[in-house]
Amino acid sequence: MTAIAENPETATRPRRRGIFPRPTKTTGVVSWLTTVDHKRIGIMYGVGALIFFVVGGLEALLIRAQLATPNGEVLSADAYNQIFTMHGLTMVFFVVMPLGAAFINYLLPLQIGARDVAFPRINAVSLWIWIVAGLFVYSSFLFEGAPNSSWVSYFPQALVGPDPAGNLAADAVAIQQSRTLFYSMGLQIAGVASLASAVNFIVTVLNMRAPGMTMMRMPVFTWMSFVVAFLLLFAMPIIGIALWQMMFQVRFAGPFFDPLNGGDPVLWEHMFWLFGHPEVYIMILPAFGIVSEILPVFSRKPLFGYSAIVFSGIAIGFLGWGVWAHHMFTAGLGPVADSAFGIATMLIAVPTGIKIFNWLGTMWGGQIRFTTPMLFAIGLVSMFTIGGLSGVTHSLVPHDTQQHDTYYVVAHFHYVLFGGALFGLFGGIYFWYPKVFGKLLNERIGKIHFWSMLVGFNLTFGPMHFLGLNGMPRRYYTYADGMGWNVWNAVVGLGALVIGVSFLIFVANIFLSRNNPPAGADPWDARSVEWLTSSPPPVHNFDQIPQISDNDELWYRKYASDDSGTPVRVAAGGADDENPGGPYGDKVSGKTAKELGIHMPDPSWFPLLLSLGLPIAAYGVFFEDRLTMTAFFAVGGILTFGSMLGWALEPSAEEHH
Amino acid sequence: MSTVDAADHAAADHGHTTNLGMSNEKLGMWTFIGSECLFFGAMIATYLLYLNRTNDGLTAFDVFDIPFTSASTFILLMSSLGMVLALDALQRRDMRAFQTWTLATALMGMVFLAGQMYEFAFFVEEGFKLETSPFSVSFFMLTGFHGVHVTVGVVMLVALWALSLRGGITADKHLETVELVGLYWHFVDIVWIVIFTVIYLIPVG
Ligand code: HEM
Ligand SMILES: [Cu+2]
Repeated sequence: MTAIAENPETATRPRRRGIFPRPTKTTGVVSWLTTVDHKRIGIMYGVGALIFFVVGGLEALLIRAQLATPNGEVLSADAYNQIFTMHGLTMVFFVVMPLGAAFINYLLPLQIGARDVAFPRINAVSLWIWIVAGLFVYSSFLFEGAPNSSWVSYFPQALVGPDPAGNLAADAVAIQQSRTLFYSMGLQIAGVASLASAVNFIVTVLNMRAPGMTMMRMPVFTWMSFVVAFLLLFAMPIIGIALWQMMFQVRFAGPFFDPLNGGDPVLWEHMFWLFGHPEVYIMILPAFGIVSEILPVFSRKPLFGYSAIVFSGIAIGFLGWGVWAHHMFTAGLGPVADSAFGIATMLIAVPTGIKIFNWLGTMWGGQIRFTTPMLFAIGLVSMFTIGGLSGVTHSLVPHDTQQHDTYYVVAHFHYVLFGGALFGLFGGIYFWYPKVFGKLLNERIGKIHFWSMLVGFNLTFGPMHFLGLNGMPRRYYTYADGMGWNVWNAVVGLGALVIGVSFLIFVANIFLSRNNPPAGADPWDARSVEWLTSSPPPVHNFDQIPQISDNDELWYRKYASDDSGTPVRVAAGGADDENPGGPYGDKVSGKTAKELGIHMPDPSWFPLLLSLGLPIAAYGVFFEDRLTMTAFFAVGGILTFGSMLGWALEPSAEEHH
Repeated sequence: MSTVDAADHAAADHGHTTNLGMSNEKLGMWTFIGSECLFFGAMIATYLLYLNRTNDGLTAFDVFDIPFTSASTFILLMSSLGMVLALDALQRRDMRAFQTWTLATALMGMVFLAGQMYEFAFFVEEGFKLETSPFSVSFFMLTGFHGVHVTVGVVMLVALWALSLRGGITADKHLETVELVGLYWHFVDIVWIVIFTVIYLIPVG
C-alpha cells in the first residue's frame, strides 16, 4: 500500500511491456480474475463458500434421506461413505473456514484503517489456491470416487478402505489409494492457501494499523482474526506433514501408519488432532468476533469487558493446543494421559464461559433492537452454549467412552459449528451486507430466514442427542428396524429439509433485495471504523486514513454521554451519505485512487496461473508410470515457478515510478 | 525525485512507516519461519518416535557414514558465512564481491545437495528404502524435505546472481531482498544443525 503521489517526471515515460499484457480493466470478468483488492477477494471467498455450502448441504440431505427410515436404500454403503466424508470435508474446509476468511479479508483492513492487506497479490494467490483445491477434491468423482474414510481419515481405513473385501472387490486397493490421495493432496493444496493467508493477516495487523489504532483499540473481530491467523500459522504445517506422510504411506508404501509394517496409526491421530482441535477454534473464533461486533451495536452499549473478551480469545488460542487428545480417549492412551487431557479440556471451558457472560453482560440493560443480524448473534450465543455444554460432557472420560462415535457427538459438533460458527457467519452476512453491496437485505425475509433456520436446526440436531445416547452409531450407512431409532430419525430428516428451505429463503432475500435503496455509510448506527467510509467502500477504502483515538472510534465521533451516561448525539450529527463518518470522518469524495494520488497495487494474472500449477502437479502422484508422473510434476512446477518468476519481474500496469 | 523513487522500490510499503518499523516483507519472512519451525518439528518428532522401529532392516549404525555427512554439513554451514559476506558486499556496493559470494553460497548449497543425492542413492542400493521401515521413511522424509528447502534457496541465490549480472540487483533497491534470501538461507542451515544432531549425533540403539 502506499500514498505516494504520481511522479510527474516519470508519468509520461512509455510503458514497459511484460510477458503478458498487464490487466488494467476495473470491471468485467477479467478484472475479477486478476484482482488483488482485498474486498473483491473477500466477496469471492464468500460466494465460493456459499456455493460449497449448497453442495455440502445437498450431501447432508442425501445422508438424511438415506437414514430417514430403517433399511434405507437411497445410497449404497460405498456411496454413503463417500458422501458423508465429502460432506464433512466440504463443510469444514470449503464452507466454514473460507466464509470466515471472506469476512477477515473484507473487514480486517477496513477495521484497522488500512488500504489493503500487507501482501495483496499473495492474498489473491490464497483465494485461487483454495478454489482449485476444492475443484481438485471434487474431481475425484470423475476417477475412482471420492475420499471415503471420513474427514478424520484414520488408518487403517484410509489405507485399505472401510470395506476391503466387499463391493470394491479386486481393485479395492487401487480404488482406495486414489480416494485417499485425493484427500491427502487436496487438503495439502488447501493448506497452502491457509498458510499464506495467515502470514498475510498477521503482518497486516502488526504493521498496517492506522495512526492511533493501538492493539487494544482494535475491534474484537480483528482481534479474533489475528488469533485465528496464529492458529493457522502453527496448525497448518502439522497437518501438512501428516498429509505428506499419508501420501508416502498410501502411494509409496512408506510404513508411517501401517501397523502391519511397524507403523503406528495412533501417530496419525495425534497429528490430525494436533491440527484438528485448533481447527475447531479456527472455525469458531471469527464467528465469536462477529458476534462481539453485532451485540454492542444493537444493544446500544459498548462491549462489556472488551479486554476480557480479547484475552479470553488469546487464552483459547493457547489452550487449544493442549487438549487435542480429548478426541482420543478411546484410542488407549492410558488413564494418566486421559485424565490430563480431560482436565485441560475442562479448563478451556473457562475462557469460553467468560466470553458468553461478556456477551450477556453486553445485552444486559441495553436498548436492544432485534434486527436480523442481532437475532443470528443471539442464536449463536444460545446454540453455542448448548454445544459447549455437551462438549463438557466429552471431557469426562467415562462419559465420552460411552458416547464416542455415536450421534451424540454428531449433535455436539453441529451445535458448535452450525449453531455456533454458521449462525454467527450468517449474522455477519446480514450485518455487513449493506457495507459490501450498498444495500440492506430485507429485514422481514431475514427474520423468516432466521426463525426457519433455528427451528430446522434444532429439529435436526436436537434429536441426535437422544439417538446417540440410545446407541445409534455415526458413520453407519443404515440401521435395522426395531432399534427404537425410527421416530427421531424421521424428525431429523424433516429438520434437514427445513434447513434446506431456510437457505432458499436466504437466497430469495438476496434476489429480492437487489433493488433496495442505498443503505448509506452507516445504516446500523455502528461503532467501528469500517462504517466511516462509503458503502461500498472505494477501491482505496479511505480517502484519508482515519486517525484513531478510541475503541469504538466511530461511536465517539457521533456521541458524547450526558451526566447519567446516556449517549447524546454530538451536535454535528453522525454519518450519512453526504458526510460519511460525521464531521470528522473520512470524506469519501467519489474520486478514484489515481485522482487522489493514491497508488493501489496492480491487478495481475499470475496469482491465478500460479494456483493452477498445484493441482496439475498433484495429479502426477496418481500415476504408477514414472514418466507420466514426472511429466505432470514438470508441467505443474513450471506453471507455478514460472508464475512466481513472471510475478517478480512483472512491470507495473501504470508507469508511475 | 530519486529518494522517493528508491524508497518506493525498497519495499511494498513504499517508504510508508509501518507500526513495527520493520517492512512487511521482513515481518512476513519471520512469520513464515515461525511456521516452518512447526513443519520441521513435526517431522523431527516423528523421526524420534520411529528411531527404533527398523523392522529388522538396516539401522542407523548400518547405513550412516558420519564423516561423509559431517563434511557436507560443514560445507553447508560455511555457505551461511558466504551469505553474510554477499550481503556485506552489497552493503559496501561492491558488486563483484557480491556476485562472487552469492554464487559461492549457491555452489556450496549444490555441493550439499549432491552429497545428499549420493547418500540417498547409496542407501537405496544397500536396501534402505522408503518402504523398509518406519525408521527409514522418517529419515528420508526429514532429510528429503530439508533438501527441498535447500533447493529452493539455491534457486533464489542463482536468480539473484543471474539478475545481478544484468545489473538487476542494486544496493539501493535490493538490499532487503538479499537480506530476506539470507534470512531464509540461515534458517535452513540452522534447521540442518538440529537435524544433523538428532540424526547423526544422537546414539541409536
Ligand atoms: C446443512 C445442515 C447439516 C446437516 C443436515 C448435517 C448432517 C450431518 C450428518 C447426518 C452427519 C453424520 C454423517 C455420518 O456420520 O454418517 C454429518 C457429519 C458431519 N458434519 Fe454435518 N450436517 C450439516 C451441516 C454441517 C456444517 C455446517 C458443518 C460445519 C463444519 C458440518 C460438519 C460435519 C462434519 C465435520 C461431519 C463429520 C463427517 C465425518 O464423520 O467424516 N455439517 N453431518
Ligand atoms: Cu477438540
